[in-house]
Order: sequence, then structure tokens, then C-alpha cells
Amino acid sequence: MRPSRRLYGLMAEFERPDDLRKAVRAVREQGYRRLDAYTPLPIDGLAEEMGMHFSWLPLIVLTAGILGAIGGFLMQYYASVISYPLDIGGRPLDSWPAFIPVTFELTILCASLSAVFGMLALCGLPRPHHPLFNEPRFVLASQNRLFLCIESRDRRFDREETRKLLESCGPSGVYDIEDK
Amino acid sequence: MADDQSIITPGYTYGSVTQKISSIVLARRTPWGWMVGFGISFLLLTLLMVAVTYLLVIGVGIWGINVPVGWGFAIINFVWWVGIGHAGTLISAILLLLRQRWRTSINRFAEAMTLFAVACAGMFPLLHLGRPKFFYWLIPYPNTMHLWPQFRSPLVWDVFAVGTYMTVSFLFWYVGLIPDLGTLRDRSKSRAAQIVYGIFAMGWRGSAKHWHHHEVAYLLLAGLATALVVSVHTVVSFDFAVGIIPGWHSTIFPPYFVAGAIYSGFAMVMTLAIPMRAAYGLQDFITMKHLTNMAKVMLATGMIVAYGYMTEIFMAWYSGSRFEQDMVVNRMTGPYASLYWGLILTNILLPQALWFRRVRSSVLLLFIVAMSVNIGMWLERFVIVVTSLHRDFLPSAWGMYYPTMWDWATFIGSIGLFLTLLFLFIRFLPVISIFEMRQILPEPQRKESA
Repeated sequence: MRPSRRLYGLMAEFERPDDLRKAVRAVREQGYRRLDAYTPLPIDGLAEEMGMHFSWLPLIVLTAGILGAIGGFLMQYYASVISYPLDIGGRPLDSWPAFIPVTFELTILCASLSAVFGMLALCGLPRPHHPLFNEPRFVLASQNRLFLCIESRDRRFDREETRKLLESCGPSGVYDIEDK
Repeated sequence: MADDQSIITPGYTYGSVTQKISSIVLARRTPWGWMVGFGISFLLLTLLMVAVTYLLVIGVGIWGINVPVGWGFAIINFVWWVGIGHAGTLISAILLLLRQRWRTSINRFAEAMTLFAVACAGMFPLLHLGRPKFFYWLIPYPNTMHLWPQFRSPLVWDVFAVGTYMTVSFLFWYVGLIPDLGTLRDRSKSRAAQIVYGIFAMGWRGSAKHWHHHEVAYLLLAGLATALVVSVHTVVSFDFAVGIIPGWHSTIFPPYFVAGAIYSGFAMVMTLAIPMRAAYGLQDFITMKHLTNMAKVMLATGMIVAYGYMTEIFMAWYSGSRFEQDMVVNRMTGPYASLYWGLILTNILLPQALWFRRVRSSVLLLFIVAMSVNIGMWLERFVIVVTSLHRDFLPSAWGMYYPTMWDWATFIGSIGLFLTLLFLFIRFLPVISIFEMRQILPEPQRKESA
């Protein structure tokens, strides 16, 4: 083994969501925190099991939506009242009801863009390569198998002990993940 | 065999669902049926290219539009296509929020249909501009002319509404695709496919963190798209309702346009789903339950549309306005009366067949009704645009509108563009959302093998 290869973590493979849930609970009870589960579908309650109760995303989207609304309205106000006032039969320049449709659309546009880019940023995507992709079995994580990986940077990580713990959870296999 | 009530035939597992849907894309051989369909669509697309080229060289005079009917086919087709798009968003966003699990196997291609329909729609107002090269004047940007778009005009609202709708539909579709692109990346055998799907999957690993944020983003987008979809056809109806032409200037327009949009969209989803499930053997996933449910949505929205027509007639009488009353009489007995009665027949009377269970459970009859609604909704827009414009207040300003062969070429060509995009989509992307199909499966238990 070349010295540049270091261990990224240990990964256990499961077939049933229930087994994965139990494994996550067992591992977290042992004090492990640097772990993540990889599944082909969102598993109910798994994120909560892993201590993810909160997402910044709704707040990001709300902020972007409010900014879109204010910005959209001010743009129209500036254009129609300050920069290019058109006197049409003496009607008021600040005809705010007519500005609502565009304000609304820009609210939705900004909120939606922030939802997508916010999600990607929070997920750390795009990230074309990741040590997990070194494991040939990992292609099944997007098809029909569920994986749990404990990363080696966890304070409690110990190659032998952690492996034993994962094996005690009844996986169909435990693999070393190397960081090439 | 699937019974009428199940949304997926029992017996599938995570693996077999994945295999069945992704193999449509990853099969090495392109089926000959696809080749033929794509070939015909591409020919129609070529017709569009010719028509648009001729239009750009000569100008909108090649179309039948003139004073007093300045809108003609371009706006009819625009409204028709935008309306069709609405079902995709309804299925993917509103039914998601309402936890209608049956949406799962039809949402992906309904969303794709939305995107392509809106692309076809967006083309028409631009071509109709007369000077399409200046289309960007509709967008507010700092310019040396010190000019701004007129933000009080419904036509500028339209730019924002349709532009936002296109963008958000794309984002929603793409966010839903990311996990499936990961599946395709992991399943494809060829290096090129792995790289291309890999780039678009952006390194999706399906980690609990990914799913956590993905689910939140997906729900938020669904909520935003729900508000958006109602606004889009409302704004489109403002193009008419804000004008003072008899037959346009009415407050019933926004709700009845939105209902009509969903009606036509479901008809188009049905029109596409029926041949597609047969061609690719997807009857296990797109079951009779889906078709029946869509038929019921069509029946409900169709009734709202019928109510809209009756309200128009009632309000014309009740308003006491001579011009509104003449407009209704002219629609029913004037030179375009055959189109009006054709609209009533195809859009209102024929779809009443959906009240009968026997019709709702027959694929062939459903297809016929859906085609009838496709035609009916197009006729509706023709009647709204043309019969209102061609006779307004002063008889001396009356005129007739006849489409030319270039009108027809552009319209039929836009169907070619739509179908071409759809065929490419079917060949290169999963037509059914794989990860959402896994979610509607029962979780594998200890006894069975996953």
C-alpha cells in the first residue's frame, strides 16, 4: 500500500432501511458523530436520528423572496416615477397596483433560485469526486442498497473497534474506504 | 395485472424499479419506434424552421393577421401552449403538497412536458413582435437609450410571468432529477455516459444530509411553484381582461383561464402517457388508477370551464351592454359560429362522457376524449382572440381573419418542436422519477430479499 493512501472511513452495507436505522442509533449511542448514511431514497426519520433537526434553507429562501419583492418593486418605482416618468392623462406615476404582478413574479424567481443554489451549497455540491466513489459497491447506494459510513476523523474512530461495532449491526458487508 | 386501485403493481423492489426505469435510457439499442417517432417530429420541426426563417426575412405580413385582428394564431398558440404547461406544475407541485401519492409516476414527464410546452409558447410572442431582434427591450436593463419597459402593461407582466415560470419549472424538474442522474451515472456502462450523467448529477451521493436538504428544497419549490402556476395564467388572462374589447373585459377571465389551463394540460398528459406506457411497457407504473384520476381532474376542471362560458353569456345579458350582447350573438351565429359550436362540442359536451366509469376505464376512449379536449381548448382560444377582435364597437372597423399556410406551418411546426424535445427526453432521461417510485414501495422487511 502506498503511503499516500489513507483511510477515509469504514462503510457498512445494509439491505433494509430498518437495519440502517438501528445501526445509526447504535453507532450514535457509542458516541460517534462523524458519520453519514447513503441511501437510494430518503429514509423517514433518518436525518433526525443523525441529529439533523434544522435546516437553514427555509430562512435563506424567505430572505431571498423578501429581497426579490423589495427589489422588484423598487425597480419599477424607480423606472416609472424617477427615471422615466410618463404623464398619461394626469394619472399617478406611482401606480403601485400595476406593479404587483412583476413584484410577485420576482419574489418567486428569487426565492426559487435561492432554494436551488442554497440546497446545493448546503449539500456541498457540486463535488465531482469523493473518496466513497473509490468503493465499487458504492454504486448500489443509488440503486438498492443502504450504506453507513463512519469517517476516520471521528474522535472515537478505531480501525478494529469501529469495524467490530459495525459488524455487530448485522450488515451484509463492511468495507475500508480509502482516500486516494 | 394491476387492479384499478393500485398506483403500482405489487412485487417490485428498489432494485427492480431502478432497473426497469433506467433501462429505457441505458439500453444500447434505440428502438425503431423511437426512430420513426423522432423522425416525424424532426420533420415537423424542420417545417417550423422554414416558417420562422421566412417570417424573419419577410415579416409578420406572411401571416393572416391584419387590422382589426392583430393577434391571430400567434397569440392563440401562445395561450394554448402555456396552458398545456400548467398540468405539469399542478401534478408535480400541488399534488405533492396535497400528498397525492399517485402523482409519482407521472410527475417527471409531466414536468418535462411543461418545460417543452412553455418553450413552444415563449416563441410565439417573440415572433409576433414584428421586430424579434429587439425582443430584449422587454427586459429591464441599463441602456444608452435611457428607456424602460412599461411596467403598467400586461404584456410586460407576461414577460416576467412566463420567464419566471420557465425558470422555476426548469429548476424544479432539475432538482428532482439530480438523484436519478446519480443512479444513471452509477448504472451506465459506457465511459461517456458516466461522465455526462456524472457532471449533471454534480456528485450526488444520497447521503442523509443530501436528502435532508433536498426534501426541504423540493417542498419549498413546490410551494413556490403552486403560487406561481396560478399567477401565470392569471397574467396571461390579463392580456385580454385589461383590454376594453367586448368579450375580453371581464373578471371571470383569471379563474377560468387557470381552470382551462389545467384542463388542457391534463388532456395533454393523457395524450402523451397513453402511447408512452404502451410503447415502453410501463403499465405497471402508470396504472389505470392514474388515468382514471386524471380523467376525474379533467371532468372537474372542464366543469369550471363550462361555468366560465355560461358566466360570459350571463354577464353579457346582465350587464345590459349592447356590445357585450352583440359579441355573444356574433359568436353563436356570426361567421365563426361553426368554431364556437365546435368548441362547445369538443370541450364541453364530449368530455361529459367521463362521468361514466366505462369511459374512464377504457384507454382508447380516454385517449379520444383527451384529443377532443386538446382541440377544444385550441378552439376556445381561437374564439376568444378572433371573434372578440374582428367585430368590436364600430361596424365600419369590422373585418375578417383567415389564417394563411404560414400560420398553419408555424403552428404545426411548434408541435414538431414539442415532440422532438419530448422524444429526446424519453431517450436520454428517466421518464419516471426513480427515487420517488422507491418511496411508494413498501419498505423491504426481514423475510423478503431486497
